[in-house]
Amino acid sequence: MNLLAICRVAYKALGKNRLRTALTMLGVIIGVGSVIAMLAVGQGAKDSIQRSIAAIGSNMLVIFPGSVTSGGVRMGAGASSTLNLGDVEAIRQECPAVALVSPIRRGAAQVVYRDQNWISSVQGVSPEYQDIRDWPLVSGEFFTQQDMEGGTAVVVLGQSVVKNLFAPGEDPIGQIVRIKNVPFRVLGVLSPKGQSAFGHQDQDDTVLIPFSTAERRVLGSRFLGTVNSMVVSAVGPLQVTEAQKQITEVLRRRHRIQSDEDDFTVRSLEDIGATAQATASVMTLLLGSIASVSLLVGGIGIMNILLVSVTERTREIGVRMAVGARRRDILKQFLVEAIVLSTTGGFVGILLGVGVAEGISLWAKWPVFITLWSLLMSFGFSGAVGIFFGFYPARKAAGLNPIDALRYE
Amino acid sequence: MALIEVTEIWKTYLLGEVRVEALCGASLAIEKGEFVAVTGPSGSGKSTLMHILGCLDLPDRGDYRLDGERVTQMGSDERARLRNQKIGFVFQNFFLMSRTSARENVELPLLYSDTPAKKRREIALRLLERVGLQNREEHFPNQLSGGQQQRVAIARALVNHPALLLADEPTGNLDSQTGREIIALFHTLNEEEGVTIIMVTHDSDVAVQARRRIRFRDGLIAEDTARKEAALELGREERA
Repeated sequence: MNLLAICRVAYKALGKNRLRTALTMLGVIIGVGSVIAMLAVGQGAKDSIQRSIAAIGSNMLVIFPGSVTSGGVRMGAGASSTLNLGDVEAIRQECPAVALVSPIRRGAAQVVYRDQNWISSVQGVSPEYQDIRDWPLVSGEFFTQQDMEGGTAVVVLGQSVVKNLFAPGEDPIGQIVRIKNVPFRVLGVLSPKGQSAFGHQDQDDTVLIPFSTAERRVLGSRFLGTVNSMVVSAVGPLQVTEAQKQITEVLRRRHRIQSDEDDFTVRSLEDIGATAQATASVMTLLLGSIASVSLLVGGIGIMNILLVSVTERTREIGVRMAVGARRRDILKQFLVEAIVLSTTGGFVGILLGVGVAEGISLWAKWPVFITLWSLLMSFGFSGAVGIFFGFYPARKAAGLNPIDALRYE
Repeated sequence: MALIEVTEIWKTYLLGEVRVEALCGASLAIEKGEFVAVTGPSGSGKSTLMHILGCLDLPDRGDYRLDGERVTQMGSDERARLRNQKIGFVFQNFFLMSRTSARENVELPLLYSDTPAKKRREIALRLLERVGLQNREEHFPNQLSGGQQQRVAIARALVNHPALLLADEPTGNLDSQTGREIIALFHTLNEEEGVTIIMVTHDSDVAVQARRRIRFRDGLIAEDTARKEAALELGREERA
């Protein structure tokens, strides 16, 4: 018996009991639908993480000073001040994969404007910082190399600082704010960047001033020229790893490090992003596997109905055997019925899943992303469920003794 | 060579704890073109014989050859092929598939011999006409009378030109008039087309219409009109 004929028989048999067929399929429909919807939500989360990494600047590398060990007590990353402006200059000169470098000196300071005040994160940076972070201004301009060299008291404000110090509609450009009692002229206002994707830092709660000004007039330093950290941009996204390698080489040479333990850390956002991505992946997997359980339950439903069907159609099986059906013909027939049930359910489930995913993105404003892979996978999985749960009833049907089957009442 | 050669077949069932000796070494030969009625009380082994002749079951011991092929040494796939190609079944309860048209019911055996759809249809329509059911081709079994249903079943049995037609109480569920019509149809098939027919029946009125009658008792053949004739003939020869 050829496959086409078997499929026709299967469709016919399923068509005889429409309600039952529909209810059996419903299990698979819900299963496949929820797998697709859940994977879409998970993939959407992963995607939005990827986008927020790109928003920070995907070519960016961050260099932290390493840990210091003092009398056996290790102080943790960033505890020492092993990085200095000499390192910054060396990286700028000697690493071909590096495009821009900016040192960072960071400290908390009170920012005062007229009768308002706000404690914010003050960062002394070089003009390159803006390009490295890919951070446009909403108004005004960023400070220049002259400001940097001259130690001018100029400031670029983050959105949160503007909101806390200025009345709505008031233009901060050209106004004077005081940071640690030093008057600064506001040069520009940064565009909002929002919460950082990692941790719960408000990236907009910051004020940027020239590095030299920060060092000399605001944050001070025990040792002139030390930096808290550096941000670096690679020439392109593909050169990030290369840049990381070159920076490590330069710093190891400059710091005369022979052992394996560096006194600095170079991290690319890819590293940080990878962690976040992994978290999202675990979430996707979790959601997907919970949804798969319902697909499994759907499969059990198929098995249940097929077992009932085999019993009900015992006589028919007997007649088919009497007119020449081989055991494998009967096996195929029931197996095909199971597969038709599950794949038809799978197909409708895909439509349902896509619909639900779109609904979630529309009403709950969650990012969803449906991959072709997830569609193919859940469709294939539904087929596999059909074969797996259809096999036992089909074998039971094929194993019937023709005489008993014919006599069955 | 006879169409059916059965030598000393034995069959024992276990009905719960009870051993039922259904066949106790019965032997039988049936030639091509015969019309045989098998009678006997229930439990005499006639149904078991029919199942074995129909390749639905195998004897515990003994030998069965159908058209020269040794059925007792065949696997289930080969016996399925024999049922498909050489045997047609007609049952007491017709055993048509419900919600399936007469034509499709007749096509069923052809489905398992991989006959193309167009040819299936052609053959089925021809046979339905042969059994007198033209214009009923697309009716469902529940739209047909008992006699008509049995005619569909006969058409189905004949669809692969079987060497042997096995009928198990073919008139058992029909009124006597319709029963006579079915038996008449059997006669036509037997005489005009040379179909070998073996028919199990309780009804002696039906049985006497067959040319040869075999009566079973306790798993053995108690009476065989062919043997009687042979004996008579032998007697005549001796007297002469």
